[in-house]
Amino acid sequence: METYAAEAAKQAPGYQPSGERGAALYSKRFGVSEKMPACTACHTETPDQAGRHAVTGKAIKPLGPRAEAARFTDAAKTEKWFRRNCSEVVGRECSAAEKADFILFLTEGK
Amino acid sequence: MRHILIPFFSAAILALPAHADRLPVPAGAPPAFAAECGSCHLPFPPALLTAPDWKRVMASLDKHYGDNASLDEKTRRELEDFLVRHAATDRRKAGAGDPPRLTESAWFRREHREVPQAVWRDARVKSAANCAACHPRAEAGSYSEREIVVPGLGKHK
Repeated sequence: METYAAEAAKQAPGYQPSGERGAALYSKRFGVSEKMPACTACHTETPDQAGRHAVTGKAIKPLGPRAEAARFTDAAKTEKWFRRNCSEVVGRECSAAEKADFILFLTEGK
Repeated sequence: MRHILIPFFSAAILALPAHADRLPVPAGAPPAFAAECGSCHLPFPPALLTAPDWKRVMASLDKHYGDNASLDEKTRRELEDFLVRHAATDRRKAGAGDPPRLTESAWFRREHREVPQAVWRDARVKSAANCAACHPRAEAGSYSEREIVVPGLGKHK
């Protein structure tokens, strides 16, 4: 998260990660993808809970690091899934600021 | 519904040919196999599709059943080689459509012909490719009939 926060601060001086913005991003219905309109489509309203892939039905371990300690510990994996899921669900890449907000929300709550 | 299915299942068991109880992922799978092919769905046993069909799947990862599952070329190649090396040689698994779906092969359809339509549409199943919905030990490569538990119908009889 620090890496994303630092990058965001470089782009917009004074940037501070916000769990509240992260929560809004997490639950926002983008509606770009019919089957995956929001993060919650697969990861549920409660990120500390196990989820299920909206298309394949496969079980997904909780996204929240409080429930699944390995989450966001592997930078390459984190970036890969932001890339894939942002383009799928949000319809574009997510910014460094959004990623830092998102991780802060999942780690510490709003 | 169960009372209708029991005689149906029993008759079908007698009629079934040799079962594919074990469909393990072969040893020596590249680590990327579980990581890349097993995050959104079960890492499917390579023996469920033929080599030409696997090549077709791996040639269009940017349009992977509605998802962009692109990989860097080195990983893509490595996974394709692994899949092709262990692909099905049984022609009943050939011709799984375009794009190929392992659930469309003659073999798959025959093995699952007793499954009522409603089961495929059940929210707990979602997709015919969700093997683990009814085969609880699918991830371990075990598809024994004794283990089958169909959502809404219970254990296979």
